[in-house]
Amino acid sequence: MAIFSVVVLTMPLWLQPFGAAYPDILQKFVIFGVFAIGYNILFGLTGYLSFGHAAFLGVGSYTAVWSFKLLSMNIVPAIILSMIMSGIFAIAMGYVALRRSGIYFSILTLAFAQMCYNLAYSVLTPITNGETGLQLAKSDPRVIDRLFSEAGEGLPSTTLFGIETSGYSGFYISAVIMIIVFYISLRIFNSSFGLKLKAIKANQNRMRYLGFNTKPYLLTAFVISGMYAGLAGGLLAATDPLAGAERMQWTASGEVILMTILGGVGTLFGPLLGVIIIKYFENIFSAVNQLDLHSFYAIFPTWLENALVAISSLFVGEGWHMTLGLLFMLVVAFLPGGVLEGLQLIYKKFTAYLANRNKNTSTQAETKQETGANHGE
Amino acid sequence: MDAILIQLLNGLDKGGAYALIALGLTLAFGTLGIVNFAHGALFMLGAFCAVTFNKLLTISKSVKDESITFFDAYKDIPYLQIWWGDTGATIIDFAVPLSILFAVPVMLFIGWALERGLIQYFYKRSHASQILFTFGLAIVIQEIVRHTFGANPIPTPAPEVVSGSANIGLYFGLGENIIYPWWRLIYLSFAICVIGGVFAFLKFTTFGMVVRAGIQNREMVGMLGINIERRFTIVFSLSAVVAGVAGVMYAPIVPPDFHLGMDFLVLTFVVVVVGGMGSLPGAVAAGFLLGVLQSFASMNEVKEILPGIDQIIIYLVAVVVLLVRPRGLMGVKGVFED
Repeated sequence: MAIFSVVVLTMPLWLQPFGAAYPDILQKFVIFGVFAIGYNILFGLTGYLSFGHAAFLGVGSYTAVWSFKLLSMNIVPAIILSMIMSGIFAIAMGYVALRRSGIYFSILTLAFAQMCYNLAYSVLTPITNGETGLQLAKSDPRVIDRLFSEAGEGLPSTTLFGIETSGYSGFYISAVIMIIVFYISLRIFNSSFGLKLKAIKANQNRMRYLGFNTKPYLLTAFVISGMYAGLAGGLLAATDPLAGAERMQWTASGEVILMTILGGVGTLFGPLLGVIIIKYFENIFSAVNQLDLHSFYAIFPTWLENALVAISSLFVGEGWHMTLGLLFMLVVAFLPGGVLEGLQLIYKKFTAYLANRNKNTSTQAETKQETGANHGE
Repeated sequence: MDAILIQLLNGLDKGGAYALIALGLTLAFGTLGIVNFAHGALFMLGAFCAVTFNKLLTISKSVKDESITFFDAYKDIPYLQIWWGDTGATIIDFAVPLSILFAVPVMLFIGWALERGLIQYFYKRSHASQILFTFGLAIVIQEIVRHTFGANPIPTPAPEVVSGSANIGLYFGLGENIIYPWWRLIYLSFAICVIGGVFAFLKFTTFGMVVRAGIQNREMVGMLGINIERRFTIVFSLSAVVAGVAGVMYAPIVPPDFHLGMDFLVLTFVVVVVGGMGSLPGAVAAGFLLGVLQSFASMNEVKEILPGIDQIIIYLVAVVVLLVRPRGLMGVKGVFED
């Protein structure tokens, strides 16, 4: 755990050589990390595939921005409120959706999330500000802040008791929160509650025969993962006080599923790994353009260079989604356990290979000794 | 009254599209047991078949425009028109209906290639991994289309004869205010014909009989010495064709762009679940039902009472139906139940 915290907090240092050590992407790593860790508690442990988690992310963002508008620019009330609100939403959605399992559950959660998304765009415009997205304004009341100080010039920025929450400090604040929630999820994984969730995934009927009512456990897992998503939404709003409805679209749920699967479902570090891989390559790949490619392939003859550029331009820049789709297909097809499983496989192969080699060399040495002994005779 | 009739037509029209896509999806579920998230992409591919065919027909030659004498002006005249004169022009005009002839073999091939090349390896995997794999597939197809055709919607006009509106009210003596575009009426009747065709195919041919038997008990049919796998491959191609022709005919209604498929996918999945997994009549009925409900909900009178209802009606109905009738409207027992 301590090693993990150190690794996360020193991310700005060791990501330097990869060109990913600027605050914007680092914040994305940890915030989506929170989202994926939470999603993994539901999908990884219970096997219930929810397509509705984007709704919680959106609810969290909206709540946080409203808290900035009405109460205070401090992020503490914003984050607490966004967790509470998304928790309430999760209780309502989970209570209904968890009556069914399998694909019906997926469709029900999808239906709920799409309802939230469509409503946020149309009728709820007074609350969500529709397509423009909810923004801060100078004239907002900010009741708590007003108790302590007069309204200053210009737009205030989000703070944590005076520390600004954008840039690197934003990253560190989110990183600390992520480490805390990671620790909580670690405890959940190792608790008897987590064991029960795993049992539900393995065989729900048997659980029922053993006299467990599985529903409360499922609902708790659903609400916890919903609150994680709300927290992620709140953090997104805290680092950049703007909330738009597109965060609630079902493709956003698809993205978190991608991250979880890519890294490794049901493992502790897998989702985090998936987040880092996807967000990192998204940044790199979508920034590459034709010129970069030409200079990259410059050593080849012209015709080959042009052909290579034509092929690879399919996958970079705008075509980044194509890479993502292909990657996703490959992972689902060949590595159902995600990248983490792949790494473990490689590690096992490698150690087996090492062990084999040691054995071979030692047996060779033995035979040599024997032959040497024979020669001696 | 007139408004209600028009909304009914609107709903049936939309429902026709839902029903066609949902029918293909259900065919794939029922036979192969595969949850195909790439089905919306197949619909979109169909629409782009129409676009491609239209482009092929209008490959043009630059010809000097004789009517302008002040300077050298050039205009593009399609080769077809140069070769065959007015006949060529008519063929170009009818590009969309004609492209069905083009789309059927193409979609048949795509469906076959997808099933044999990729999807057949996923029969024994869990539904979650089927969903995820076909979701990735859908993204890839979508991106290929965007790369080739660009991100903007491509207008594909209907033939000029039917581009106007029909005054149905006059024909049936219901008053003069029921005016409805011809092409949408054609789409509705086309949808009904295709659905009828698929049902007849399954009901009255030997092939259809084997397939229906295979849906009920796959092992038994296999034991009787019938190669059921091959027939299911054909059924999957058929479902791709149904989605494809639905897409072709939809192109004049909404200019196709690359995320047309995703827009429909979510809705049709809801339709299939409401109709009941694995039930073909259920899928069709739910498609029309939800289409009609959606268009009634978008009437101003309804919106005044319940604001926003038009946006969520489909999902709301889905939630209510699933909670009241867990298997959907006409769900078959034992399909997709864990």
